Amino acid sequence: MNALTLSRIQFAFTIGFHFIIVPLSIGLALMVVISERRYYKSGVAGDLGAANFWTKLFAATFALGVATGISMEFAFGTNWANYSRFVGSIFGAPLAAEGITAFFLESVFLGVLLFGRKRVSRRMHYVSAWLVLIGAHLSALWILVANSWMQTPRGYKIVNGRAVLTDFWAAVFNPTTVPRLLHVIAAAWITGCFVVAGISAWYLLKKRNQNFARRSLRTALVVGLIMSAAMPLLGHFQAIEVGKHQPVKMAAFEGHYKTGGNADMYALGWVDSGGQKVYGIPLPSMLSILLHAKPSAVVPGLDQVAGADRPPEQIVFQSYHLMVALGILFVLIMLAALGLDLLKGLETRRWMLWLLVFAAPFPIIAAETGWIAAEVGRQPWIVQGLLRTSQGVSPQVSTAEVATTLIAFIVIYALLFLAWLRIFIGIIRKGPEQVEAAEEHAALVHQATHEEA
Amino acid sequence: MDLQLTWFILVGFLLAGYAVLDGFDLGSGLIYHLLTKNDGERSLIRTSIGPVWDGNEVWLVTAAGALFAAFPMAYAMVFSGFYMAIMLVLLGLILRAVSLEFRHRDERFKHVWDLGFIGGSFLPALLFGVAVGNVVRGVPMNATGDFTGSFWSLLNPFALLVGVTGLVMFLSHGAHWLAVKTEAGFQQNVIAFRSTVHWVFVGLVAATTLYTALAERHHMTTNLHRWEGWVALAVLVGSIAWSRWSMIKKKHLAAFFGSAASIVGLVGLAAVGNYPDIVPARGSAAATSLTVTNAASSVLTLKVMLVIAGVGVPIVIAYSAWVYRQFRGKVRIELGQY
Repeated sequence: MNALTLSRIQFAFTIGFHFIIVPLSIGLALMVVISERRYYKSGVAGDLGAANFWTKLFAATFALGVATGISMEFAFGTNWANYSRFVGSIFGAPLAAEGITAFFLESVFLGVLLFGRKRVSRRMHYVSAWLVLIGAHLSALWILVANSWMQTPRGYKIVNGRAVLTDFWAAVFNPTTVPRLLHVIAAAWITGCFVVAGISAWYLLKKRNQNFARRSLRTALVVGLIMSAAMPLLGHFQAIEVGKHQPVKMAAFEGHYKTGGNADMYALGWVDSGGQKVYGIPLPSMLSILLHAKPSAVVPGLDQVAGADRPPEQIVFQSYHLMVALGILFVLIMLAALGLDLLKGLETRRWMLWLLVFAAPFPIIAAETGWIAAEVGRQPWIVQGLLRTSQGVSPQVSTAEVATTLIAFIVIYALLFLAWLRIFIGIIRKGPEQVEAAEEHAALVHQATHEEA
Repeated sequence: MDLQLTWFILVGFLLAGYAVLDGFDLGSGLIYHLLTKNDGERSLIRTSIGPVWDGNEVWLVTAAGALFAAFPMAYAMVFSGFYMAIMLVLLGLILRAVSLEFRHRDERFKHVWDLGFIGGSFLPALLFGVAVGNVVRGVPMNATGDFTGSFWSLLNPFALLVGVTGLVMFLSHGAHWLAVKTEAGFQQNVIAFRSTVHWVFVGLVAATTLYTALAERHHMTTNLHRWEGWVALAVLVGSIAWSRWSMIKKKHLAAFFGSAASIVGLVGLAAVGNYPDIVPARGSAAATSLTVTNAASSVLTLKVMLVIAGVGVPIVIAYSAWVYRQFRGKVRIELGQY
């Protein structure tokens, strides 16, 4: 393997790992705000214990997110120097803006959230939770602006072989930014809801912290159902933009080789790239209908470009379909669980609680496969239509160097993942702390003195 | 003032901010290894930086982002050219971030996380100086602006001296921080240690200055021909004297601010001596240095980013200052802390 292949593997591995943590920490940040709000309103010990519990899970996850996130910012320069030179005038700006507007907000107020219980007022503590959540969402905004520009570049011209910014707003709000942002944020919230529901269901199964668990479960199921139900619409909204601006990627999603009308979708399938067709269960003309609301509408196929300009069909097809299938499953699970909960029949149906426990990591799988479909679907381009991935690599970084760092990343990330998982599960096993009445009293006194001051 | 110079100053400002703020976290991580005798003292150090280290590290993330946005050619050259060194810095930052959070949640592996915190502080603290040394000295590069040396060529005597100076600078800065944040017996140990380390720091600054005068003469001459160089020098010398005086008077916070000013002075000297080069080319005559002109982004990018930074950075400084204020005073071990 050469340095290019190894750099691609390294980038895919490090960002794929980072993207396990990102939706989870955004989703948990949401739960932190909800539980902090309850404590802010009520001031009772049980709510304080709940708020601290979600904050602990969030903080452990966030630490791994910070650690693996720095790798990403450095990776453009270390392994993709020619890419960085090509896009620097455009791609660097959202990264810098992310630091200024998002990372500072998240990190500085996480300090207050973790250490400030006795240093700031209860109101300020609650505000800090909001600022962390806002920071997390702004971070998603800027990095997706950068990513969307790679998919559907706008607001630039090519000067001396480099992309130069000509219109900032056109670059920021390129055609896929908004749909991608909504899609990813919904995915993060669904991830949070499933993890919270899984943890709560586990407590109910073990008959521990039941009051706490009932409340957080209800919250997770309500928000989870709303977001899961919205997701097909948000996904569709994004698919339309992909169909318009990245027709080759869209064709690869469905293994659609021949340009023409009555284009099929597949519920399940296997791409035969040699025979240029898909074996599976077709949904006749559905691709034409979904993209253009007309069965006869012509959908460009993979035949529009030469073989060398196509993404690897099988991996794009399978990851896309797995994501869609999981998305439908999420609606069903949330609908069933919330329905049973409203009919007061959830706690007696242990299989449903166990299903919630096992389904907890599924949205992360959906996010990962969605990301694979989006990024592999863009290949062989690093910036759609402008620069090939093979042209973006650092010219003088050697194969041996990348091999060394790739092995180091795999080993260290694997160990950190296990450590994080152990700590995450350890926090769950320990459960929300029973805050002593005295502690609570001290907090209230502190609050009162602050208000007087 | 032109845009490119403004951005040169802004990137320098972010880097100086990083060195001043995360500098005491790195130094505290080294003192964690050198000076503590029990878990209580170790917990004290972790708690002293606990609420702020993460925000401090963002200065580096933002500086790197700003370098990418404003001078993409320099970002691409330095990060790919110094590949293995950057990866070691990254390793340090990853280990530190995770270790600090996991340490207090994981009694069983606390020694592993202690090691991660110490190693994760040591690697960046040493390598940042090595990087600055090479950037001051100039690096071999070809016409496309790619590094042509090897990892080992980065470890030249001059860069290593700057690296050690940086390491001791962070160590001294960390001792200043802990003198402010701790009390009683441990503070006495820190104060004695700080006095020695500060002298070593002054000695290393003098040695680096002498080495620069002898071997990297152009850098020194440039500084001496510019009033900005004299200002940076005055800040450096004045702040060293100020710190020493404050230490004698037991004004720990004043001494800490003096230490911060020394770091700003050193970053200032490195930057003024290099301008208009960001990374000077060394050796091959054909190569052109990466300057604020030929490494810069488009004018529109620089303008847009100036608006974002102009609005955003003062807000960041304001709320960061507020948070520091909430956590002022001596460290106490309270519920839910490290």
